Amino acid sequence: MIAFIKHQVKTFGLIELFKGLAVTGKYLFKKKITVRYPEEKTPLSPRFRGHHALRRYENGEERCIACKLCEAVCPANAITIESEEREDGTRRTTQYDIDMFKCIYCGFCEEACPVDAVVETRVFEYEFHERGAHILTKDQLLAFGDKHESQIAADRAADAKYR
Amino acid sequence: MFDALQAWLSSFLFDWLAVLITLVLQAVAVILPVLITVAWLTYAERKVIGYMQVRMGPNRVGPGGWLQPIADAIKAMTKEVVIPAQSNKYLFIIAPILALAPAIAAWAVIPFDANGVVAADINAGVLYVLAVASIGVYGIVISGWASNSKYAFLGALRASAQKISYEIAMGFALVTVLMVADTMNLTGIVEGQQGGIWNWYWIPLLPMFFVYFISGLAETNRAPFDVAEGESEIVAGFHVEYSGMAFAVFFLAEYAMMILISFMTAIMFLGGWYSPFEGVPGLESVFSWVPGFVWLFAKVAFLLFLFLWFRATFPRYRYDQIMRLGWKVLIPVTIVWVFVVGVMEYFKVSPWFN
Repeated sequence: MIAFIKHQVKTFGLIELFKGLAVTGKYLFKKKITVRYPEEKTPLSPRFRGHHALRRYENGEERCIACKLCEAVCPANAITIESEEREDGTRRTTQYDIDMFKCIYCGFCEEACPVDAVVETRVFEYEFHERGAHILTKDQLLAFGDKHESQIAADRAADAKYR
Repeated sequence: MFDALQAWLSSFLFDWLAVLITLVLQAVAVILPVLITVAWLTYAERKVIGYMQVRMGPNRVGPGGWLQPIADAIKAMTKEVVIPAQSNKYLFIIAPILALAPAIAAWAVIPFDANGVVAADINAGVLYVLAVASIGVYGIVISGWASNSKYAFLGALRASAQKISYEIAMGFALVTVLMVADTMNLTGIVEGQQGGIWNWYWIPLLPMFFVYFISGLAETNRAPFDVAEGESEIVAGFHVEYSGMAFAVFFLAEYAMMILISFMTAIMFLGGWYSPFEGVPGLESVFSWVPGFVWLFAKVAFLLFLFLWFRATFPRYRYDQIMRLGWKVLIPVTIVWVFVVGVMEYFKVSPWFN
């Protein structure tokens, strides 16, 4: 009997409904966690995997030695490499293409590279306006690396002790 | 004001023309604010629900996003109205108009302030609102039929069954109001509630207040009773085939009905344009400068906020649960309360019965 009355009071008193309203009413005044993206940005990790780049040594020599480990490890087959012997007898790439549409940004290429040549940078805001522009050539990747070298080097240094 | 205008117009025009012009101006004076309110009610809805979900809501168009309704209106007007090949084209176009027209027409008898600030002060005001508002279901049924789509048809079936069911509970709730007020004139109903918050009808009719508002939610197909357009089950229900302005008209109708239900609730249960501080020493004189319509609009704004609050809080009812609530809970409750009000009336319980 007591249970029956309790149940009826609970049902007709709309107790549970008011509880639910109290929860949403409380959240109405909570601080909003939205990040207003173009104006505000979330912090990025030094390990962030964005746009690719090819790096150079400080003397201007390109790091990549055409070992093709990145091409082999790439799960999406996004990397295409052709190599040839240069006049000074070292092995260098003649072609280093990354298909940005195939790439899944897993970072395996970066991990596989024995000389830290191919890296993924913090840059994630980029777009392609022409058909075919998504296949980045060696020159483009080297130029991108030159442009962002200071940031790339800082990120590698910050992450070095965990490698 | 409109009487003076009519007298002035008839001094140099035909009498019927003067009456016509006055009537049109009166209609515009009521409908235009309603439509503007609808526009910013959609903004308020998105903002309130966003805030309750710890989001910002629309904030890109204009400062704080408050120009969003204008952007939405321009978008809706410039989009194509796609008419499905297999649809009944005439009914397809008529349906949204049939949904909007009653939601607008019912505003004729809504009083906004004391001293007859009302387009048509008729004695059967409550009956008129009930009758006109229930015509709105035709728009939904016809849209579901004319779309020639299974989802639209299911939505229309659900909407019509739901509206008819909840209209009974709503009607009974109104009957109790009429028993207390002894009049069907909406101005008269408000005037019967003069004398402070304890004289308003929501106290003797507290269960009816809840029943009326819940029925109002169901009547307007609002959450948690929006199975007629449940996107997880039947895509968008009766307006699944509508696009552009035809869809926007359905939207207008729904929100105009929301505002109408809020006005009716405020008028019948919450004392209309009377200040809640009437009879409270001190506060009464502090707030005596506030005009009546401000109180009415504040009450309506609160009720509209409740609509949005409920939408942000409650999950959608299952269809059979809606029918169960309407037929097996609300209608018995209303019938019981009709008798309770009858007893209160017999014993002249003051201050509501005298």
